[in-house]
Amino acid sequence: MDADVIIVGAGPAGLSAAITLRAAGLRVTLLDREAQAGGIPRHCGHYPYGLREYRRLMQGPAYAARLVAQARAAGAEIRTQTNVVALHPGPRLTVTAPGRVAGGVAGGVAELTARAVLLATGARETPRAARLIGGTKPGGILNTGALQGLVYLGGQRPFRRPVILGTELVAFSAILTCRHLGICPVAMVESGPRATARWPAALFPRLVGIPLHLETEVAEITGRDRVDGVVLRHRGTTRRLACDGVVVTGGFRPEAALLAEAHLARDAGTGGPQVDQYGRCSDPAYFAAGNLLRGVETAGACWAEGRAVARAMLRGLAGALPEGSTPLTASGDALRYAVPQRTAPGEGAALAGLQLRVNRPFRGRALVTAGGATLAHAITALPERRIILPLPSGPGPVTLRLEDAP
Amino acid sequence: MTAAHDVAVIGGGVIGCAIARRFTLDGAQVVLLEKAADILDGASKGNSAILHTGFDAPPGSLEARCIAEGYAEYLAIHARLGLPLIRAGALVIAWTEAEEALLPALMDQARANGVDDVEPLGAAATRALEPALAPGVRASFRVPREYLIDPWSAPLAYLLQAVANGAVVRRGCAVTGGAHDGTAWQLATTTGPVRARLVINAAGNHGDTLDRLLLGEQHFTIRPRKGQFVVYDKPAAALAGHILLPVPNAVTKGIVVCRTAWGNLLVGPTAEDQDDRDTATLVPATLQALQRRGEEILPALAGHEVTAIYAGLRPATEFKDYQIRAHRGGSYITVGGIRSTGLSSALGTARHVAALAALGTTARPAPVWPGVPNISEAAPRDWQCAGHGGIVCQCEMVTQREVRAALDGPLGARSLAGLKRRTRVTMGRCQGFYCTAALARLTEGRFDLAMAEAPDGR
Ligand SMILES: Cc1cc2nc3c(=O)[nH]c(=O)nc-3n(C[C@H](O)[C@H](O)[C@H](O)COP(=O)(O)OP(=O)(O)OC[C@H]3O[C@@H](n4cnc5c(N)ncnc54)[C@H](O)[C@@H]3O)c2cc1C
Ligand SMILES: Cc1cc2nc3c(=O)[nH]c(=O)nc-3n(C[C@H](O)[C@H](O)[C@H](O)COP(=O)(O)OP(=O)(O)OC[C@H]3O[C@@H](n4cnc5c(N)ncnc54)[C@H](O)[C@@H]3O)c2cc1C
Repeated sequence: MDADVIIVGAGPAGLSAAITLRAAGLRVTLLDREAQAGGIPRHCGHYPYGLREYRRLMQGPAYAARLVAQARAAGAEIRTQTNVVALHPGPRLTVTAPGRVAGGVAGGVAELTARAVLLATGARETPRAARLIGGTKPGGILNTGALQGLVYLGGQRPFRRPVILGTELVAFSAILTCRHLGICPVAMVESGPRATARWPAALFPRLVGIPLHLETEVAEITGRDRVDGVVLRHRGTTRRLACDGVVVTGGFRPEAALLAEAHLARDAGTGGPQVDQYGRCSDPAYFAAGNLLRGVETAGACWAEGRAVARAMLRGLAGALPEGSTPLTASGDALRYAVPQRTAPGEGAALAGLQLRVNRPFRGRALVTAGGATLAHAITALPERRIILPLPSGPGPVTLRLEDAP
Repeated sequence: MTAAHDVAVIGGGVIGCAIARRFTLDGAQVVLLEKAADILDGASKGNSAILHTGFDAPPGSLEARCIAEGYAEYLAIHARLGLPLIRAGALVIAWTEAEEALLPALMDQARANGVDDVEPLGAAATRALEPALAPGVRASFRVPREYLIDPWSAPLAYLLQAVANGAVVRRGCAVTGGAHDGTAWQLATTTGPVRARLVINAAGNHGDTLDRLLLGEQHFTIRPRKGQFVVYDKPAAALAGHILLPVPNAVTKGIVVCRTAWGNLLVGPTAEDQDDRDTATLVPATLQALQRRGEEILPALAGHEVTAIYAGLRPATEFKDYQIRAHRGGSYITVGGIRSTGLSSALGTARHVAALAALGTTARPAPVWPGVPNISEAAPRDWQCAGHGGIVCQCEMVTQREVRAALDGPLGARSLAGLKRRTRVTMGRCQGFYCTAALARLTEGRFDLAMAEAPDGR
């Protein structure tokens, strides 16, 4: 046994879980494939981070460094540049690392075992290819995450006048990131009728003088070696806009490649693992927390979730977690997903509630039924906006139904 | 006056690379000239990666002969060069009564092409072999020796072997003119003059214009035929063991569904004639239609994640067969119109060209056989071996050691596109979300066009 608990992913969720588990005296090992622990905030050289955790406004790198230091001080072992490549029953993990892995078997590959495993591998944005955006394939088409890595970790500028695609919160991170190195976005493009992020973030591009094109799509990207422009389509008419890059933002999806070949049940809606309200996977030795459960929450929410799931793991390791979950029955054609996908009896849920997203602009009600009682919640939401409803704690199956307003 | 090479090959596509190798092994002193920053930047950058037996080629054609010879040589040398061979086999599937009626003739054609192990299958037998196929299958036949290969490592390995045995490669070198002075060709290029006794035009989609430039005449006209593809993430590869082919028509082999050497699944290509010789534009509506077609063939494909989209341009002409001709007393050979089978035929095409040239050189007695690193899923990968230096590209599991090796050496990558083709960096599901920054650092100062610049001009 290499540790009591192995945590895959040292972002906010994995780190807060490690701190919580160490406080209970467990032996904890965190594995992260990057050279530095800290997760996404490592390269978010902007605010706001840390409010919930440290009651102060911090930039991502300082926040990540503080969380990592806290986990180390608590006695968690952190192994970086250690890539988990397979999950097995046991629980047992296959990993690879540059040198010889402690406890390693052969070559660059080793197997690690623990009493329980927490998966906290986070989420990433949807790239250009998966969105089937047309045109050529020149250099200079990046997600926000890649842009941030270049700008904040490398001090490098991939372009000077990009177009920014999307208006989720992360698109505003993209603007901040650009401005950090004097990159001047020429436009922000949103296919919907409104910016996805709420006011006042949505006001921000206007404040800094970036034109926002609503109900507009990028019909084509042009350029051979480097992007030289985009063709924008707005209500059936197209026009060319010169630019030298495209930042493809948002459309977060769990980084769940590990699940593809694992024995754990996966949810087609989120792309992440199926969990109950304790963050417990279909193999009860595995738990999951953070953005792996769904794209995307703030770092603070992932941090809180990591802590809460860690407490549930402590109960689980003590044999005090109720068994026998039932699937949540969810319906309504506007529903993209609902987390958790299963509910077990018992009190003290780890997840913040019933978390959903819609797949189109929605106005109507969510009906949550449990133990014979139905609660109706009025909802108005755009896709990618978070919706959290109270999760009934009563025993028995839970049903969720979305109903459009007449 | 610069000393003359025996042979100047114009074009670093799969055909040019194979020709450079053949002439070098045959004992000639070869220079290969490629206008792009790196090799494989034309038709050879986007194909279906199938090693064809030639079962559906026109019997008796030059194409059929080159494919058969190319296929045989690939099988003979791939292991020595470290190249993968995925013995998938193909199924030619009839979905309608009309298509079913065509199967016997296609099987006869296969036998006429020397592919005599084709095997007819009924609907049930077809679906037993490929359980994920849609229920509408009427019948099929199996071509057991249609295989999958790595379309970039193969030509790279051919050219690397040429270089290891004395050939010279000039990249970023466009041929802009030239004349024969009675003893040799004097070519004008963007990187200075090149002299050679034999010039080989392997310029792909520019073959006709290059002939016009150097010979003042052309014998065919290129009309590029675009093929678009959708690539699915690795879990989708489990849906198809065989290469799933439709019944071909006169214009195209049709939409194929097959695995790749890297463990993905691809659907494509389309066949769209166009004038532009360099730009293969991706069209969302077409890509969506490909996805729908893929899901008609394999219903379980719905919901699988798309990792990449790409398009290639076939060097098609008004003729169906290859256009290989010697000119100017045999001092110039055009190798044109290698439309849709060049990856399979390259080694055979090179043999045909060498025979046509009849240089009379003596074969190199003990040629060097440098291998290329394995990047296919068919053999152990570098990350499974100790001391790899860490993973750079998390999705494709590309190691730091692999990236460094691909940047170094006689044919080191000169562009991000070239590095991708050698290692697969950024070609997985995240398309660079995680590794772009690390890659920009590792490749600093290596590319003609850097991935990013330091604002302070560092
Ligand atoms: C561009 C951008 C800007 C943002 N700005 C803000 C902001 O201003 N404020 C805010 O609150 N939130 C912001 N967020 C969101 C916030 O960063 C995330 O919600 C948070 O980091 C999620 O934490 P996590 O622990 O779930 O995952 P992550 O932070 O993604 O951490 C996951 C970790 O798992 C590791 N990992 C993944 N797979 C493996 C594997 N197979 N083996 C080993 N390790 C693995 C990764 O290396 C990574 O370190 C932003 C996100 C992005 C992308
Ligand atoms: C969609 C599609 C699917 C295909 N599928 C398959 C398949 O599954 N199996 C198979 O066997 N084949 C397949 N093919 C066919 C195969 O890819 C082609 O036959 C092959 O790539 C042609 O190679 P080439 O070397 O003739 O041309 P190219 O690869 O185009 O090489 C020509 C090179 O010459 C260079 N050049 C041009 N002009 C000059 C100049 N003036 N000076 C210097 N350099 C110059 C160009 O930059 C280019 O690199 C497919 C093709 C396509 C497009």
